[in-house]
Amino acid sequence: MSKRLSTGGRLIDRSRRIGFSFNGKPLAGHPGDTLASALLANDQMMVGRSFKYHRPRGIVASGVEEPNALVNMGEGKRFEPNQRATTTELFDGLTARSQNHWPSLDFDIGGINKHLSRLLPAGFYYKMFMYPRAFWKSVYEPFIRQSAGLGQAPTERDADSYEHFYAFADVLVIGGGVAGLLAARHAADTGARVLVLEQTAHWGGRSPVDGGTVDGSPVAQFIDETVSALEQMPNVTLRRRCMGAGVYDHGYVLGYERLTDHLPYAQGPRHRLWRIRAKQIVTATGAIERPLSFAGNDIPGVMLASAMRDYAVDYAVSPGERVVVATNNDDGYRTAICLRNAGVNVLRVLDARSAGGGALMDDARALGIRVDPGRGIAKVGGGKRVQSVQICAQDGVGGALEALKCDAVAMSGGWSPVVHLWSHCGGKLLWDEAQAHFRPDPEHPPLGADGNGFVRAAGASNGALALCDTLADATEAGKAAAKAAGFRRRNTRAPVGEAVSERPLEAVWLMPQQADVGLRSKSWLDFQNDVKVSDVQLAAREGFESVEHTKRYTTLGMATDQGKLSNINGLAVLSDALGQPIPATGTTTFRPPYTPISMGAIAGEARDEVFQPIRRTPIHDWHDAHGADWEPVGQWRRPYAFRRGSESAHDAVIREVRNTREAVGLLDASTLGKLIVKGPDAGRFLDMLYTNMMSTLKPGRCRYGLMCNENGFLMDDGVVARIDEDTFLCHTTTGGAEHIHAHMEEWLQTEWWDWQVYVANVTEQHAQIGVVGPMARKLLDKIGGMDLSAEALPFMAWADGRIGGFDARVYRISFSGELSYEIAVPASQGLAFWKLLISAGAEFGIMPYGTEALHVMRAEKGFIMIGDETDGTVIPQDLGLDWAISGKKEDYIGKRAQARSHMADPDRWKLVGLETTDGSVLPDGAYAVGEGVNANGQKVTQGRVTSTYYSPTLDRGIAMGLVLHGPDRMGEEITFPCTDGKTYSARIVDPVFYDKDGEKQNV
Amino acid sequence: MSEPVSALQDASHDGIVAVREDGLQGMITLRGDLSAAAVGSAIKDVAGLAVPEGGRISGDRTGGLCWMSPDELLLLCPHEDADANVERLQQGVKDTHSLVVNVSDARALFRVSGPAAREVMAKLCPVDFSPDAFTPGMFRRTRMAQVPAALWMSDDGTFHIICFRSVAEYVFGLLKVASQPGSEVGAF
Amino acid sequence: MLILTCPYCGVAADETELACGGEAHLTRHGPGSSDDAFHGYLFSRKNPRGLHVERWRHVQGCGKWFHAARDTVTLQVFGTYPAQSHEPPEDIVRAIRRRHPEWTWKGAA
Repeated sequence: MSKRLSTGGRLIDRSRRIGFSFNGKPLAGHPGDTLASALLANDQMMVGRSFKYHRPRGIVASGVEEPNALVNMGEGKRFEPNQRATTTELFDGLTARSQNHWPSLDFDIGGINKHLSRLLPAGFYYKMFMYPRAFWKSVYEPFIRQSAGLGQAPTERDADSYEHFYAFADVLVIGGGVAGLLAARHAADTGARVLVLEQTAHWGGRSPVDGGTVDGSPVAQFIDETVSALEQMPNVTLRRRCMGAGVYDHGYVLGYERLTDHLPYAQGPRHRLWRIRAKQIVTATGAIERPLSFAGNDIPGVMLASAMRDYAVDYAVSPGERVVVATNNDDGYRTAICLRNAGVNVLRVLDARSAGGGALMDDARALGIRVDPGRGIAKVGGGKRVQSVQICAQDGVGGALEALKCDAVAMSGGWSPVVHLWSHCGGKLLWDEAQAHFRPDPEHPPLGADGNGFVRAAGASNGALALCDTLADATEAGKAAAKAAGFRRRNTRAPVGEAVSERPLEAVWLMPQQADVGLRSKSWLDFQNDVKVSDVQLAAREGFESVEHTKRYTTLGMATDQGKLSNINGLAVLSDALGQPIPATGTTTFRPPYTPISMGAIAGEARDEVFQPIRRTPIHDWHDAHGADWEPVGQWRRPYAFRRGSESAHDAVIREVRNTREAVGLLDASTLGKLIVKGPDAGRFLDMLYTNMMSTLKPGRCRYGLMCNENGFLMDDGVVARIDEDTFLCHTTTGGAEHIHAHMEEWLQTEWWDWQVYVANVTEQHAQIGVVGPMARKLLDKIGGMDLSAEALPFMAWADGRIGGFDARVYRISFSGELSYEIAVPASQGLAFWKLLISAGAEFGIMPYGTEALHVMRAEKGFIMIGDETDGTVIPQDLGLDWAISGKKEDYIGKRAQARSHMADPDRWKLVGLETTDGSVLPDGAYAVGEGVNANGQKVTQGRVTSTYYSPTLDRGIAMGLVLHGPDRMGEEITFPCTDGKTYSARIVDPVFYDKDGEKQNV
Repeated sequence: MSEPVSALQDASHDGIVAVREDGLQGMITLRGDLSAAAVGSAIKDVAGLAVPEGGRISGDRTGGLCWMSPDELLLLCPHEDADANVERLQQGVKDTHSLVVNVSDARALFRVSGPAAREVMAKLCPVDFSPDAFTPGMFRRTRMAQVPAALWMSDDGTFHIICFRSVAEYVFGLLKVASQPGSEVGAF
Repeated sequence: MLILTCPYCGVAADETELACGGEAHLTRHGPGSSDDAFHGYLFSRKNPRGLHVERWRHVQGCGKWFHAARDTVTLQVFGTYPAQSHEPPEDIVRAIRRRHPEWTWKGAA
């Protein structure tokens, strides 16, 4: 059994106990524990089930590489699945539950899959679910959905907050072990601004556990001194619990800081995403120990040798009482010695090398530990827990020489540098034959904006595994990074570490070397996704030669740990099966993030009220207080209708339309874009921008204009007012202000930069209010000020003046067909002006109206709406707007495109009005069908509905649509079979349904 | 004439920094050839200041000039003086191609102050706000989360932020989140 | 996530302050142009693997359009310059040639 040792524990506070629960069972640990160390201290070795076969899974590792110990953490609003127990700091009240089993961890129905494992080989899903096709929807997909994913999805909204932070550094050091701290120290000594990120809560990385000396002192002391020195330097920022998640172009790095995961009751954001720009980066990300591939290596109780050492030294936890160590390198002896010194019974070290190890082996033997060179593990016995191992010759087929009863197995297959961050942005790797691992190729670093490398690897992540080598390597990396960032190199000395004489590792990709298929199909590569040596070999036999294909076919390395333990072993097996050297096989692509990061951190502050910007007019709050149903128009919110009491929105629209047609309505039109275009060439410029002639407009007058893009398609419309000889004010649609402003700037800056024109966007400077209806003039006369009579301000004129004590600009324009004034006042007085109109208008029956009433009234008048009648493929000629296209102009944006053969095609669908024969309302977007079928056997279409409303004025459905040869087919009936199952019949009519002669607006 | 009001009517919030909507502010956009003598003298006449260098602000809220782009300045003045100043500027530059327009009401102005002001702003803008990189006197147009903003510091602990009036509530919301208790970064 | 220095305001701008406008130095073809010439102007855009001259706008900043010469593979940036120009300036051409000796501006020597 695993248990807490009676003494020791570098990181725990033995004087205090804290409570937590696992699967509802109350347990206790110490402050400083991880969830994993606390579970082990409570003899909870089994923590979950694997993805495919639901095999029991125990804790294998002690850090981010852990594939098995993923738990559902927390409750309710703070529930989160797939939390890694090895990187979860224990806190009082922590609740965790194991995943991927039903009904319980100990008894799991899905575990039957393991007995079917021979029927579930690599590529099973691809092979099985192909046929019969009809099964996909009814059988296979529901089954796969049922079994997909580890953990549970949260059901409540996340109660925590998150944020981003933009940081800048000359030298960013990722990793706070000896190498990172030393590199940071030497970089900072040059005066460079240095930022150091460490993913765990502790500085120093592995070295306090692994030991060694620096300049004659214990390495732990060196770490403390270096951290203290760095803390004193004003140009250094140190962050713990902050992982370097990804390295991107031009020195962009994401850091993932976990602020309150270990302090669940603390104030403030839970996670902070650091968005860092670094001139130079040092990756000091260490190395990860590889498992050995032997049968039963997935049984709970089999652990990485280094992890056992970590648990013993850092947390005083022994993973078992009788331990067998299997290794192919000298590092395995460190674990044997460490456990022996902690009082654990180390039964045997099985060294796969026939000659055994170096000085450390001698040390182990001196402690009385038996070492068997040239031996390996044929098979581990046990189900939910290791019970025995069968020992065999490493160079054989697995014939058992001896069986040993034990309850834990430590495995050491050598070390792989963590090259992820080096590789994210294009750094290349080389194969180090002696150490049997890939490490960064210094000749091919990721390249920055200046064409030079901007990442350096240091220490173990650079392949410098021994402490003495790390010290020299990291010193140089720190200095070189600062120099490359533009700082003068200083003549600082690298500290010296003692050299330990180690015998070289011998690569072992399968144990024993010639294991038969029975053993290979129990030798796990990927513990989380259940990929075995036999699966990769099968994939190779089936022709999957590319490592990327093999990965996807077998799912090797595709679990949430992204193959941190399995990738190198897997591609070595693949290389062997393909009969080629490992570098010829290569690695899969390393992609960010290094470990999973929370969606909350990615979203940052963008949730709830600030999920996205909501634009509000100066009158927004009044609308809100008066029953507005909101309609999003771009980022603006506009009132759709103002509901009164229990009135439905539909009824409100009818009331608003009738009231505006019969009395007076008030519209908040502040959102319409307003662009000032000024300069000697302003008229010439607007002639290019609009399809019609603007340069001939007289000051004091308004003109409706259409704007097309260079493709000829209609992109915006609005009323242009000429302010003076060289100043125009262009109104755009609500959604158009920013992009039409940008469109103007683009042409002025990049094409006609010698034209003298300036543009300013004054959309928000004014609140603009439409006073619309037969009583409009009476109301404005009542509040008094400027002369708004038909003579003083005729239709399509504008004037400046004062109304009701407000400075105002009044446009006599109409989008409803009624007598209408649009009045612009300063935004800071918009609400006051609106309120004045509301109160003064009471006697005239004034009511505000929303966008839907506006739409209905414009449709009754046959006015087009950008985004309804247009969809980016419609030209003005399609809409019968030829009158707004100047024939006199040599050029305007879109003119040439409109001359292309497809644009001039007489078969283009054209705008008409549509009246249902029974007065009903056509469904929006409905298609009219013609005779016959097209090449796909579908009914031929001959038109579609672009706008459709119930018209309160006419008490019937009205619509506009684009119809083949429409204007030539007046009176003809066409049919619209709709998705509601009904077929509508409509007559083609003139699109102007109401007051064709414009008598109502011209009074 | 009724009393003009700012977008949020001087809303305020206290977190790890003090956030204030700074009320009405006169702002005038001038576009023109900033090196032209007529523009320089008109500016000098109205603002009493020389045209600032690129990326800088001269003066302050009561009378200031912000460099917006190579052909654009933003003149700061008391809100009630804006219309008169527009007139004077227009007169001053009438013989040269230019555009002068009152944009006071199109904007909102915020003040963020306190020792943590730099790091609160660094949560929202992709700008290096370390004391060595960003100092009082600089003027920066950038992005604040999802909206455009322009900002400067009047002293080491005080930012002034201009945004569009319609998104004042969004910007205020951003600043509230970024200044929540417990969110100190300690990076500067 | 590129950084490009805006030649107008001097800001080394994060890509999130910028908007890309595609290939630079296009010649506009208007009324009277042939179908082929207009089609080329409207639709044909270079998308090279390697050196590319692009339009960018400092949209969340000074609002100005500029051009950038960069390598689309290595993301090396050879320089930025104002949009009011008909070809890359000499110093940028020299910088490009140091890395791409064979490169010429639209076939010119």
